[in-house]
Amino acid sequence: MPGHWRPAVLVGARAESPTARTLVLKAEEGWPGHRPGQHVDVRLTAEDGYTAQRSYSLAAPAVGDTVEITVQRVPGGEVSPYLVDEMAEGDRLEVRGPLGGWFVWDPASTDPVALFGGGAGVVPLMCMVRARRAARSRALFRLVYSVRAPDGLLYRAELRERAPGDAGLDVFLAYTRTAPEGTPRAPARVGVADVNTHGLPAEFGPMCFVCGPTGFVEAVADALVALGHDPGRIRTERFGASGGPR
Amino acid sequence: MGIISRGFGGRRRTAEDARVPPGQYLTDGFPVLSAGPTPRVTEEDWRFSITSEAGDTVTWTWEEFLALPQERPHTDIHCVTRWSKLDTEWTGVGLDTLLESVDTAADFALAYSHGGYTTNLPLEDLAGGQAWVVHAFGGEPLAPEHGGPARLLVPHLYFWKSAKWIKGVRLLDHDEPGFWEQAGYHPYGDPWREQRYWGD
Amino acid sequence: MTEYLDANALAGALSEVFSVDLTSSWRRCSVCGHTGAFAELHVYTDCPGQVARCPSCQTVVLRLVRSGDTLWLDLGGTGCLRVELR
Repeated sequence: MPGHWRPAVLVGARAESPTARTLVLKAEEGWPGHRPGQHVDVRLTAEDGYTAQRSYSLAAPAVGDTVEITVQRVPGGEVSPYLVDEMAEGDRLEVRGPLGGWFVWDPASTDPVALFGGGAGVVPLMCMVRARRAARSRALFRLVYSVRAPDGLLYRAELRERAPGDAGLDVFLAYTRTAPEGTPRAPARVGVADVNTHGLPAEFGPMCFVCGPTGFVEAVADALVALGHDPGRIRTERFGASGGPR
Repeated sequence: MGIISRGFGGRRRTAEDARVPPGQYLTDGFPVLSAGPTPRVTEEDWRFSITSEAGDTVTWTWEEFLALPQERPHTDIHCVTRWSKLDTEWTGVGLDTLLESVDTAADFALAYSHGGYTTNLPLEDLAGGQAWVVHAFGGEPLAPEHGGPARLLVPHLYFWKSAKWIKGVRLLDHDEPGFWEQAGYHPYGDPWREQRYWGD
Repeated sequence: MTEYLDANALAGALSEVFSVDLTSSWRRCSVCGHTGAFAELHVYTDCPGQVARCPSCQTVVLRLVRSGDTLWLDLGGTGCLRVELR
């Protein structure tokens, strides 16, 4: 049952950027596996019994009972600063999931896939990229990743130095505020032209996954519809400023 | 108790202040809470109505509403999501003034808004200088996300009773639960008695 | 603009009540006739509970209020759901 809370212990962590961290969590009573794109609810309990709960996308396929989430620190947030800055190996929390059966990619599908991630919205898309590699899928993948500035880039090395299993995956980085020197595209929000140039043509009938802040999701989804994509093939996941339900 | 996350404190919840009801914390901001899209209502199209239990309706246009005696309530507000905000300043018309135009012996009221929101109150909580229809906050026109052009203000009850984008009030012989009152929230909602949920 | 989330965000809360994932079900609106994935409902969470609305006619599909170990769930506007029992 995904509906119950599972104790989990932090067994590893990686800084992904100055403000984001990947947490490697081992579900102590087992993990049933998950599909790329699914999320978990995370619950923290203070010593006085006070609890706080947020949703985070799973960042990688499970390895046994071990799962990964990537957390972006929300300034003034209640949960993310703890997860990014405080939590140490051996510390525990609870997870509920895997959750959500709609925003998921099926590794058995050979359909082309266009992924659009804004900021931390890249996390569930990275899970799809990694699942594709693990499944030795040859499905055509395009990832358009919108990020404010180079230092905010998550999974930098992995996206730059493509793993051998990543043939057929194209990645386009769209900087919105500051771009590295020599980047041909001037920093700007992702618009119809970017979606048209760096996504996949509507004629290919790709599955489109769009995840990010509301403004990003609306802009990309509108662009996809304007470019002739079937609205039934566009799946979206918006996240709020608080990073999850309060 | 379940699993403790070592070193997690959480936002400290409660304020030690005689002006703050139990279980509330203080905020300087003004959080925007909304259960749906923000209705856009122009002052030109704005109307406010009170309908008596007999079915008689009195309606004010924006101009007529602004021509009524204006009051400037200075008050504290308490949201059931646990934030409280002290010393807020509003401008609007007292419900006492508006109710003068209505012949009623009703016991209850149901406030209704653009966008479909409703909330119920005993009529006596709308009378006696305890409730207003306000159109300005801090001397500025009330922003749409805070309920503008005009919202109800009933500060002695949890703030969900202060319906945003108010359109009118129906006076009733019986209590009729509103939007949140139908879905688990307390029918009355006194913050000092922590009447948050149905059953509290 | 008031921000809303997709109904994916309700998966956790609903999983406490239902044994199948309702967010991947298909819904027909009894008010406007719109059909679409439950996950495409618009969910408002910056309020005293969680409110899901039809993406087409904005009718309130469900209201969910949580207090400790008690949950209130109003499914009054759900319409018809097609649920795959896998």
